[in-house]
Amino acid sequence: MANLTRKKRPVTRILHWTIFLGVIGCVPVIFGGNAYYMYVATLIGIYIITSMGLNFTLGYTGQISLGHAAFMGLGAYTVALMTLNGYSFWLALPLGVLITFVAGLALGLPSLRVKHHYLALVTLGFGTVIYLLFSNEYEITGGFSGLPGIPRPSFFGLDLSSDIAFYFLVAAFLVLLTGIALWILNSRWGRAFKAIRENDMRAEMVGVSLLTYKLLAFAIGAAYAGIAGGLLAPLMKFVDPTSFPVHESFWFLIMLIIGGSGRFEGPFVGAIVVMLLPQFLRGTQQLYFVIFAAITLILLIFWPGGLTSLLDVFFRRVLRRNPPQFTK
Amino acid sequence: MNNILEIAGLRKKFYQLEAVAGVDFEVREGEILGLIGPNGSGKTTLFDCITGIQRPTAGEVRFMGKRITRMKPHCIYQLGIGRTFQLVQLFPGMTVLDNMIMAIQESEGTVLSRLFQMDESKDEKKAIELLEFLNIIHLKDQIAKNISYGQQKLLDMGMVLMSKPKLIMLDEPMAGVNATLGKEIAERLIELNRRGCSFLIIEHNMRVIMNLCHRIVVLDYGKKIAEGSPEEIQNNKQVLAAYFGG
Ligand SMILES: Nc1ncnc2c1ncn2[C@@H]1O[C@H](COP(=O)(O)OP(=O)(O)OP(=O)(O)O)[C@@H](O)[C@H]1O
Ligand SMILES: [Mg+2]
Repeated sequence: MANLTRKKRPVTRILHWTIFLGVIGCVPVIFGGNAYYMYVATLIGIYIITSMGLNFTLGYTGQISLGHAAFMGLGAYTVALMTLNGYSFWLALPLGVLITFVAGLALGLPSLRVKHHYLALVTLGFGTVIYLLFSNEYEITGGFSGLPGIPRPSFFGLDLSSDIAFYFLVAAFLVLLTGIALWILNSRWGRAFKAIRENDMRAEMVGVSLLTYKLLAFAIGAAYAGIAGGLLAPLMKFVDPTSFPVHESFWFLIMLIIGGSGRFEGPFVGAIVVMLLPQFLRGTQQLYFVIFAAITLILLIFWPGGLTSLLDVFFRRVLRRNPPQFTK
Repeated sequence: MNNILEIAGLRKKFYQLEAVAGVDFEVREGEILGLIGPNGSGKTTLFDCITGIQRPTAGEVRFMGKRITRMKPHCIYQLGIGRTFQLVQLFPGMTVLDNMIMAIQESEGTVLSRLFQMDESKDEKKAIELLEFLNIIHLKDQIAKNISYGQQKLLDMGMVLMSKPKLIMLDEPMAGVNATLGKEIAERLIELNRRGCSFLIIEHNMRVIMNLCHRIVVLDYGKKIAEGSPEEIQNNKQVLAAYFGG
């Protein structure tokens, strides 16, 4: 009865974490002198967190959500409003998580009745309503003038307002949330999520409560976006509705598809590619979107598993060994 | 003898078509009950109504004395009704072993405990025993969609056995399975029945039905037209007429 459990060998796990932490540590060493590069790197970390959230909802559980920009906005506005009113970031962020978690539960409800593009439309509607709230409730949100002067947090007296310190704060959240995501996806929740994606009718017939798990998948996905938003506000030191328009949700979708939906590495690869490609395509100006659309389409048609599925091919064909598995 | 399942006045209407048009029968504890009828006579729809996949238009289903009409499918499963499907329904992208464990994990613990339970060796052991029993142990790490149709059918059956249901409902277990395998499946059903499991089986293969079942219920156009022992059914004029249009 060899190989009874498919648990990864600890050596491989340590190797993966070393590479992950190594990359995070190297960025400021190489780019630390350039404020813009550090800003982009921090932004990538934030978008990885959002895409990781969308990966729970869409990638693993198969429920489309076009409400992720709105969740991010809810997190950002919560942190902005509270810290501007003198409350601690460390109080504001958990509240933002709570709000987005509950909003995610609410948005999960329609997924019990409608699927696929109908669900896309419902979540799109949710995104639109939240966007209109941000832009029209100007007594609270400042409307399109936004909320300037959001302070960056400190941690037990340690000032985190410098770009590099804030980068490390985002990196710490990224590492923490990566660990939590790995835990959840390797638990029985992860298997239930995948079962719903693979065959929701059969899932119900083996005792899976669609109500419980679909709502959880939405709520966890939303809470991740909420944390990302809560970090975005102090990064930019400013929030306004234009950061969270409905079409921003499509960018998260594209990140996930390019990286590989339903794969653990997907959000990392996707967010990095989507954020860095513009830097290399700068010369092409308006053509940039066309090139992007073309890349997305080609991936969708030929490699629906995203860029990380190409990595699999590389491992199997070139290295002649099994590609790394992060989740069961 | 007690009834494990009681169906009373069950109806299911799809728009104008009444697929199940007022059906009454019961499955007794420890029996193998056959459900037969021509194509489109409402057998699968009846299964769907019992297991909560479809909402019956009228009527009642009782399982071990408890009313289960309008209960959610996952609750009905956890009460102890397992079923297979006419067209196999698996989790195609998951491994055979994961398919098996998926069939039991929701019957154990609470939602929260499922997030923290990492040791699954008990369930894995059980799954491996069943896969050995079904002769597909060598496939345990394969992705379910990559194994043959017959093997998928066995896996489907294995999943049902994981949670030790009190009533097993099989929708054409022999269809698309070769004769040798069919014989093995039949033997295993009898073995499980001996251990106390009740069965409700839809099957078009008359030889299998007549050999396996203690009693048979016949449906035609959504109505029960006969009920009795295999001998009685074989000699029932109405049944012959329904099948051969005589
Ligand atoms: N979801 C549905 N919507 C509309 N009509 C349906 C639906 N499901 C089944 N029917 C119809 O109900 C009738 C009974 O179908 P059902 O699948 O229950 O028959 P069956 O006895 O299982 O047939 P078979 O032996 O071919 O499997 C058929 O006429 C079918 O077309
Ligand atoms: Mg049928």
